[in-house]
Amino acid sequence: MNDAVSAPVLQVVGQRPIRPDGADKVTGRANFGADLRLPGMLTGRVLRSPHAHARILSIDASAARALPGVKAVVTAADFPEPGNQAVDAGEGAATLRALSENCMARGKALYVGHAVAAVAATSPEIAEAALALIAVRYEPLPHVIDVEAAMAPDAPLLHDDLFTKGVTPRPTAPSNIAEKIMLGRGDAAAAMAGAEVVVSGRYVTAPVHQGYLEPHACVASAGADGQCQVWVSTQGHFAVRAMCAGLLGIELRDIRVTPAEIGGGFGGKTTVYLEPVALALSRQCGRPVRMVMTRAEVFEASGPTSGCVIEARLGANADGRVIAAELVLKYQAGAFPGSPVGAGCMAALACYDIEHVAITGFDVVSNRAKVAAYRAPGAPMAALAVESCLDELSLRLGIDPIELRIRNAVRPGAKAVYGATFREIAFIETLEAIRNHPHYRAPLGPDQARGVACGFWFNIGGESSAAVHVDEAGGVTVVSGNPDIGGSRASMAMMAAETLGVPIARVRAIVADTSAIGFSATTGGSRVTFATGMAVVQAAGKVVDDLRRRAGLIWECPLDQVQWQGGQAVCTDPSKTVKPLTLAEIAGRSARTGGPIAAHASLTAQGAGPGFAVHLCDIALDRETGRPTVVRYTAAQDVGRAIHPSYVEGQIQGGVAQGVGWALNEAYLYDDAGRLLNPGFLDYRMPVASDLPMIDTVLVESAPNKRHPYGAKGVGEAPIVPPLPAVACALSRLVGHRLTELPLSPPVLLQALDQPGAAG
Amino acid sequence: MSKQRISCIVNGEPVEFLGSASQSLLDALRDELGLTGSKEGCGSGDCGACSITLDGRLACACLVFAPEAQGRRIGTIEGLAEGGRLHPVQQQFLEHAALQCGFCTPGLLVAAKALLERNPDPTETEVRYWLAGNLCRCTGYDKIVRAVLDAAAQLRAQEARP
Repeated sequence: MNDAVSAPVLQVVGQRPIRPDGADKVTGRANFGADLRLPGMLTGRVLRSPHAHARILSIDASAARALPGVKAVVTAADFPEPGNQAVDAGEGAATLRALSENCMARGKALYVGHAVAAVAATSPEIAEAALALIAVRYEPLPHVIDVEAAMAPDAPLLHDDLFTKGVTPRPTAPSNIAEKIMLGRGDAAAAMAGAEVVVSGRYVTAPVHQGYLEPHACVASAGADGQCQVWVSTQGHFAVRAMCAGLLGIELRDIRVTPAEIGGGFGGKTTVYLEPVALALSRQCGRPVRMVMTRAEVFEASGPTSGCVIEARLGANADGRVIAAELVLKYQAGAFPGSPVGAGCMAALACYDIEHVAITGFDVVSNRAKVAAYRAPGAPMAALAVESCLDELSLRLGIDPIELRIRNAVRPGAKAVYGATFREIAFIETLEAIRNHPHYRAPLGPDQARGVACGFWFNIGGESSAAVHVDEAGGVTVVSGNPDIGGSRASMAMMAAETLGVPIARVRAIVADTSAIGFSATTGGSRVTFATGMAVVQAAGKVVDDLRRRAGLIWECPLDQVQWQGGQAVCTDPSKTVKPLTLAEIAGRSARTGGPIAAHASLTAQGAGPGFAVHLCDIALDRETGRPTVVRYTAAQDVGRAIHPSYVEGQIQGGVAQGVGWALNEAYLYDDAGRLLNPGFLDYRMPVASDLPMIDTVLVESAPNKRHPYGAKGVGEAPIVPPLPAVACALSRLVGHRLTELPLSPPVLLQALDQPGAAG
Repeated sequence: MSKQRISCIVNGEPVEFLGSASQSLLDALRDELGLTGSKEGCGSGDCGACSITLDGRLACACLVFAPEAQGRRIGTIEGLAEGGRLHPVQQQFLEHAALQCGFCTPGLLVAAKALLERNPDPTETEVRYWLAGNLCRCTGYDKIVRAVLDAAAQLRAQEARP
């Protein structure tokens, strides 16, 4: 498996071919979640709670059912009483019960926008009219949104049966704190007391949304024989199958899920919202049901990420060596347990080799939509706190910020606080790449400052399947089970072409439905190019073995004298004078050499290399208006080896843009009643083209991942981690004091400029 | 819900469909005419995924009522490639890998083509401000802006050729 790494003469990997699905996506032919039309298809709509917290006393849908054109109505009563078993929910865990109650409120509505009933009707207008006819009696209850308010002893309780996990003895009273996590090593308190310099801060981030452009959408169709089909925009169609089966009591084999093209996800499309509801409606009336969220529904009812409060303290020697770290992370989970605080605790200090560490995390429920994974879940907020402290340390000690980080950086062989021992990592090289970049030495303009920050993400492997089919003319199709969210069909096709030794133009790549390919875990955790890529290479390798066998059969020569070179079989037996056989020639004779040529590989990939990112951000601040402008940005990343460099760069640039939005503008704003004030793109301000400069990228390829045949590491998530601190550190220098609360929007910056200690 | 007959020109072809007064042109294009290339990202004119041209002017189809299309010329993403040949801006998006999920791409392409028809030699800043009404959450806009600038250069070179 390591041959490719030691023999880096690659023909396809590292090139920049046009993606296989490209033409369809630039001509409007690609079919996304809301594009499918079926005969007799109905429109499904959801009735949502107007209250942030309320007991549901009764639901009377009789008038809605009686409206002509209404074919089905469902409430929680139409879903089986769920159990407490755990389910894999993308990059986080959940219980089946929480998943069910999030899809359809049972007994209580826990946030504004919580689904309480749904209808299917012959037109959108009738569906809308039917929603207005459903009479729900609520008993409003006090609510709580912010994380620390929800942790207070007298806070309104969301769940009477939620007792804090991770605390001994087991608490006797319920609480909004779902779990307390402790992580560490050494004696942080003692080491901190002995430190020559101590820096600390309390950092606050607002809840933000993934902001994928395509709202959640699906079509569900239940047949008279109980066989169901779902077409859906999702990062994990196998997960959709499992969740629908679990929530509705259907066998897995009776649900077939076909992934549509997906219009962005960033972690937010790793769970279910509409799918089980559409399926329940379809089962009731026997017709296909299409459901599409409005943008307001996406904001109010689908997975944002946590708002957080993080207290951080670092103790260092005068030479800048950090010897102790203490962190407390408090993350909103939304209405049900499962914030990314665990990952936040694990990622927070993973860049640095620190002897004494104590980290405490709190997973806290509150009256807002249940969070879903968002690109490097939990890590960007933790990085804001840690990197800001390092920036403070660098200023305090007069040590260059990159030099300070190099003195503390993890190197191959270092053991992370969360347990892993790092192997092929290039964090130092990534720091050096930024230090040696012309950007690092470029002079700054007036009212400009520069921020430096680092970021880490684990990256994962996991279960993947792939198949490689060779047609009778030598054409190749790669089949995988992972929705292609950012160009993975291109990298799958490239790795197959490389392994087979054929030009990329000979290879097609598709994503198959749950019945057409073996199980594949969700597209998430930056796993697809790594894990599914391994399955593709393994399947292609089987095809190569089979082609060699067939050539041996044709030549009547033993297998060990047949080599596969440059896309053809070559006979090494000097006594034979045979010409090499190309893939097309062997394929043309497949019927006489054992039948069709195809191979399948299913595996659990292990050894995903972690990602390290180092970012440099120059910001200008207009002192009159408080408007910040990112004027230059450079991002370097340890990528192992880039399979398709353009899409690796694209992942980095996209992560930077999301991180800059998080730092500067994006925030969920609530009124006193717990209603979201900005559930639209006008008021939830994501970066637009005129907000950003070009984003320079440096792909560090000095440490290819030895566990992957072509050296790939996950690349999608690490790049959203450093922008929060890079932006905040640059702006802190401009206002003359430490900025600790995101977003750093113009009004916040104007106020910061007026504070005592502000730079004039 | 009463519907009315609406006649217009879509991508150069005369079409007729039944639309209701409360229906958006975007819904009419997608549901009545089967042109699902235009996307709904927000329904409020903030994301640009449904960008079309209306009598040559860039517009959000979600902010136009279907009956307003009566007698007008509409251009959608489906009309960009002529005779199966990609428009240079489409080709440059592919060459530059200027799309990841591809959901915002139709709107961005329609908007970019409209820009290049008015301004064949835009600066980077002009491209960025013209496209500020088209949200993309995947790419950070870098490759999109480069693709549009290169498409402009390609179109100018084609124009200059005798």
